[in-house]
Amino acid sequence: MDGIALLTIFILSIFVGFEVVSKVSAVLHTPLMSGANAIHGVVVMGAIIVAGKAQNNVELAIALIAVLLGAINLVGGFVVTDRMLEMFKPKKAPAAKEGGAA
Amino acid sequence: MSEAAVSDPLWVQLAYLVAAILFILALKGLSSPKTARQGVLAGAVGALLAVVVLFFSGIELKNLALILIFLAVGSIVGLVAARRVKMTAMPQLVALFNGVGGGAAALIAVVEYFEVGSSDLLFLIFTVATVIIGSVAFTGSIVTFLKLQELMTSRPVVIPAGRWVTILVAVATIVVGVWLVVDPQDWLLVALLILSSIFGVLFVLPVGGADVPIVISLLNAMTGLAVAASGYVLGNLLLLIAGTLVGASGTVLTNMMAKAMGRPLTSTLFGAFNGSTAGSTAAGSDRPVRSATPNDVAIMLGYANKVILVPGYGLAVAQAQSTLRELADLLTEKGIEVDYAIHPVAGRMPGHMNVLLAEASVPYEQLKEMDEINPEFSSTDVVLVVGANDVVNPAARTDKTAPIYGMPILNVDAAQQVVFLKRSMRPGFAGIENEILFDPKTSLLFGDAKETLTKVVASLKTV
Repeated sequence: MDGIALLTIFILSIFVGFEVVSKVSAVLHTPLMSGANAIHGVVVMGAIIVAGKAQNNVELAIALIAVLLGAINLVGGFVVTDRMLEMFKPKKAPAAKEGGAA
Repeated sequence: MSEAAVSDPLWVQLAYLVAAILFILALKGLSSPKTARQGVLAGAVGALLAVVVLFFSGIELKNLALILIFLAVGSIVGLVAARRVKMTAMPQLVALFNGVGGGAAALIAVVEYFEVGSSDLLFLIFTVATVIIGSVAFTGSIVTFLKLQELMTSRPVVIPAGRWVTILVAVATIVVGVWLVVDPQDWLLVALLILSSIFGVLFVLPVGGADVPIVISLLNAMTGLAVAASGYVLGNLLLLIAGTLVGASGTVLTNMMAKAMGRPLTSTLFGAFNGSTAGSTAAGSDRPVRSATPNDVAIMLGYANKVILVPGYGLAVAQAQSTLRELADLLTEKGIEVDYAIHPVAGRMPGHMNVLLAEASVPYEQLKEMDEINPEFSSTDVVLVVGANDVVNPAARTDKTAPIYGMPILNVDAAQQVVFLKRSMRPGFAGIENEILFDPKTSLLFGDAKETLTKVVASLKTV
């Protein structure tokens, strides 16, 4: 793929990134940040690619550390985001208790 | 740029396209409370798809066993850390996850540089960009982690002549970066790695406690950009798109957070440079305050018509969310109007308090955002501030030298009576005195929030 095509995709992605989060309530700032954080964890792909073609032990060692770090970012990021959002589940029990008391 | 992208089979490229779409849907979903969980699911499916497809895409994969082992270990570490972390400590974990992502991007660019050798100008420029941004995000995030974990002071750290040291390191980083592009040599890459790592530390050190969340968000956007640049270096379109999406949305988010704090981004980042953060009313500590017993507070609350609860990070630290809810339920039963006033940055990050209270099953409708609740304070009998300080500090309105000056606050001083539940007279995260504490209509109830709240609840039952 040539440079112009990559540049085009880059610029369009910027606009998409701006647009999708333009209206977010403060309540969701933290989960959104954490979710975006998890998404850039796909950097682990890049780490796997360079580890797969490492030509010597130094390159391999550095690449494997990158695999490790990327995997932590990716898996941890999604799990912690999900845990945050678990809290937003509508919980019927306390509401019902309140209704019964009133 | 390597030839990997060009030689990827069509089905692999299509799978990456699906993953990219899932990432966009993930960010979109995370923008609304109703669809947030589906959003996370979409993102996770996209990431899983991308990684699995990569292994079957036919690219050269030597050392497969080692790669799988490190992938598994990293996944387990991430999983365990994310599952075990207390919700109060979540912001620093996000910072840490972000940092390691940035570090990974920088290391990838280094390895790719050694593997491919160097010729193409754009390849070199993007390699330098990845190394710089990734390293800054890495060390910067580590420092924010240390600050939030309180392993180091959360106050702005101003080192002597720090401004000049920072500028010097920044200039050196750029010079080495340009040199590397013009005349590629291995030792320059190592120097670049070291210099940008030092810059990351210097960049975050002077940021004051209350501004740390904004910096996490900024570093998150930076890691996104580093990943995008590494995508260019590797010729991997999905990394380019995913990184750019995060970089762009992260920038928007950073701006929104800075607005919620009422301060332009530049003053957040460079405020401490000007040394304006020296405590303004340090002499205030010895002034008399009015302290109350749990029984006094129970009586005050029991005979009020309208009560507003202002929860802060101290509440979460004491794990007293459920006790506070119990108190609120008790007051509601007595026919007293109860609301929770949630400052946009209550807790350690925007929206953090909502997460913590939702964990304690506080009904979502009782949580009122700042703009909604602020006009209500003047008709409120008692405001109970539990473990919050900076978000109710009028210095934000009046004291131009205060580090939080300009931040919108909850106007608790408009209420008839204010009760603070505090551990001590220690100032808040921003490290400044709060004038309301010395106001005659303010009562202070010292102690652990959970213990004192439990006592208040017990007395309230007898009132």
